Amino acid sequence: MSRNAWIWLGVAAAALLVIIIVAVSGGDDETTETTVAAETTTTAEETTTTAGETTTTVEGETTTTAAETTTTAAAAEPIRIAIVAPSASNDLAFTQSIVDAVNVIEGEREVAEVAVTDGTFVVDDAAAAIRDYAASGFDLVIAHGSQYGGSLQEIAPDFPETTFAWGTAADTFGLSNVFAYEAASDEGGYVMGVLGAALTETGTIGIVGPVEVGDAKLYVDGYKAGAEANDSGVTVNINYTGSFSDVALASEAAQAHAAAGADIMTGTAQMVVGAVGVAADQGIPWFGTQANQTSLAPEIVVASQVYKWEIVLRQILDDMAAGTLGGSVYVIDLANEGLAIEYNDGFALSAEVKALGDQAIADIIAGAVEPTG
Amino acid sequence: MSDFFTEAVLIATVAGGIRLAVPLLLAALGETFGQRSGVLNLGVDGIMLLGAFTGYYTVLKTGNVWYGLLAGIAIGIVLGLASSLISVTLQAEQGISGIGVYLFGLGMSDLLFQRLVGTPVPITKFPKIDIPGLSDIPWLGGMFFSHSVVVYLAFLSVPVAMFIINKTNFGMNIRAVGENPEAADSLGVSVSRVRYATVTIGGTLAGAAGAALAIDLGIFQQNLTNAQGFIAIALVYFGAWRPLGVMAGALLYGFVNSLVLQFKTLGIIPQSWSDIAAMAPAIITILALVIVARRFRAPSALTKPFTRGT
Repeated sequence: MSRNAWIWLGVAAAALLVIIIVAVSGGDDETTETTVAAETTTTAEETTTTAGETTTTVEGETTTTAAETTTTAAAAEPIRIAIVAPSASNDLAFTQSIVDAVNVIEGEREVAEVAVTDGTFVVDDAAAAIRDYAASGFDLVIAHGSQYGGSLQEIAPDFPETTFAWGTAADTFGLSNVFAYEAASDEGGYVMGVLGAALTETGTIGIVGPVEVGDAKLYVDGYKAGAEANDSGVTVNINYTGSFSDVALASEAAQAHAAAGADIMTGTAQMVVGAVGVAADQGIPWFGTQANQTSLAPEIVVASQVYKWEIVLRQILDDMAAGTLGGSVYVIDLANEGLAIEYNDGFALSAEVKALGDQAIADIIAGAVEPTG
Repeated sequence: MSDFFTEAVLIATVAGGIRLAVPLLLAALGETFGQRSGVLNLGVDGIMLLGAFTGYYTVLKTGNVWYGLLAGIAIGIVLGLASSLISVTLQAEQGISGIGVYLFGLGMSDLLFQRLVGTPVPITKFPKIDIPGLSDIPWLGGMFFSHSVVVYLAFLSVPVAMFIINKTNFGMNIRAVGENPEAADSLGVSVSRVRYATVTIGGTLAGAAGAALAIDLGIFQQNLTNAQGFIAIALVYFGAWRPLGVMAGALLYGFVNSLVLQFKTLGIIPQSWSDIAAMAPAIITILALVIVARRFRAPSALTKPFTRGT
C-alpha cells in the first residue's frame, strides 16, 4: 500500500470517529431529562414514606423550614447553580447524590440555570471549573469533593459576591462566602451494620472502602459499630483499597472478603460497582451507600443509605436569600432526613430484621445511640 | 497470619493476581511489538478505555461477550492505525502525541458512556471455564485452571508473541527496524509498513485488554482502566522488551496487588497502613524495573522517527 493510501486510511478513521462524536452528541437530551425526572419522582415518594415513619419534633421544624423556604424563594430572583464533582453525574454514588439533590431543588425553586462539570478527578481541572463558574456569574458554586478545599480557599476570596459550597467538609476556612456540608454517614452505616449482623450466618462481614478519610471512613466506622453492637461476636473485615476509582481493585477486594468467609458485604465510593458485581456472582447480600444501588444487583442489594443533599441546599439557599453568603457548616443526618435508608423491595428481608433497623434509626434520632461515639 | 494459609485464601490470592495481570499483560504485549520496532505509544490507556467502553456497550446491546471482545479489538485497530498515522507518517513527537491519544480515549469513552448508557448497568461476564482434569487438582486447580476464558487467551498470546518476534521474518524485520532502521531500509524492508503493523498490533491488543477488563468486571465506569495502560508501558521496560519478561512483570504486579488486598482484608496489614500498602505494587515494580533496566538495553531506534535518506 502506498504512503498516500495509508494517509487516506488514517484520515478516514479520524473522520469516522468525528462522525461518532457528532452522532452521539446530538439528540440524546430527551433521554437524559426523562431519566432525571423519573429519579426525582422516586425520591419524592421515598422521602414522604420516611417522613411518615418517623414523626418527631425535629422533623416538624424541618418541614416548617422547607415551607418557609418555598415562600422566600418565590419572591427571590432565579439563581444559577454550578456543580463541580469528581466522578460521573450518574455514578450511583457520590456525584450522583449532589446532582439528584440539585434536580430536586430545581423543581422547588426559581432556578435559572444548572451547570455540571463532572469527572474532574484532577483537582487542577476542578479548580479551573470552579473559577470559571464564579467568573461567569453563577450565584452558587458547589465544589463537591473534599479534595477541592485547597483550591476553594484560594478562589473564594476573589469572588466575594459568589457563594461557594464545599463538601464533604466541616471547615469554611473562616471565609464569609463559603458554606461547608457533610454527611453523618456513620448513622446510616450503623443502621445497616445492625442489619448485616442480623443476616450473617458465617459471622463474617466484608467492607470495601476507598481511602480512610471523610464520609467513607465515617460510613465504614459506623457500619462496624452497628454490626458489633448487634452481635459482639461478629468479625468485620475492612479493606481500604487506596483508590476511589479503581473498579478492578474493588472487585478483587470483594473476592478477598469472600475467600475470608464474608457472607455479607458493603462498600462506599464510586469504585464499588466492581465489588457489587462480585457479590452478585456469589449471591452475597450487599448494603449500598451514597445513592440507591439496587439497580446494580436487584437480587442481592438489601438496602442503601441515600444522601439527600437537598436538605443542606435548602438551608444554604435560605441563607443566601437572607443575605448571608457563607460561614456555616451544615450536616445531613437521619434526624433531618438528609439521610434515608431505602430498602430493596426485591430482597426478602424478614420483618424481625427490618424492625432492628427501624429501632436503630429511632435510637439514633432520639440520641440514645451515638454510632461512632 | 494463620488465616492467610488456608486453601480458600491462598487460591483467591493467586487467582486474583492472575486476574489482575490479564489486562496489563495484553496491553503490554501489544506495546512490546511497537517498541521493538522503535515506536513508543503512550496512548495505550486511551485505547484501552475506548476498547473497554466499546466492548461493554456491545455486550450491553447484544448480550454476547464475544461480540464485545471483537468490538474492542475493532476499535483498537482503528486507533492503532490512527496512532501509526500520527507517529509514523506524520512523524509527530511520540511522547506528546501519545498523551493526546490517551486524553482522546479518556474523554471520548466517558462522553460515549454518558450519552449512550448513563447510569452503570451490569452486563454478562465472560464464562468461567474449568479445565477438565486440571481444575480438580487440590489447591492448584482453583489457582490456575478455573478462570474466565479471556485469562487463558491472554496467557496463550505470550508464546504466540514470542514466536512472531523471534521466529518469523516479520519478527526479524521488527527487530531490525527497531535497532537500525536505515540498515533495514537499505535491505528493502519498509520501515513505515513494519511500524504501521506493530503499532496497529499494539492498538489491537490494547483494545482487547480494555474490552477484557470491562467484560470481566461486568461493568463500565469513567476512567475504568485507572491508568493501567501506563503501567503496561512500564512493564514493557520491566520485561526488557521480551514477551516472557513482560508476562513476569504483569504477574508480579498482579500478585503483589492481590497479596496486599488479602493482607488488608485479614488485618495482617493494619488498617492505618492501608493507604501506604496500596502503593506497594507500584513501588516494588519500580524497584524491579530499576534493577532489570540496568541489565538490558532499549531498542536503539526507540522514539526516533525514520526518514529515508537522513
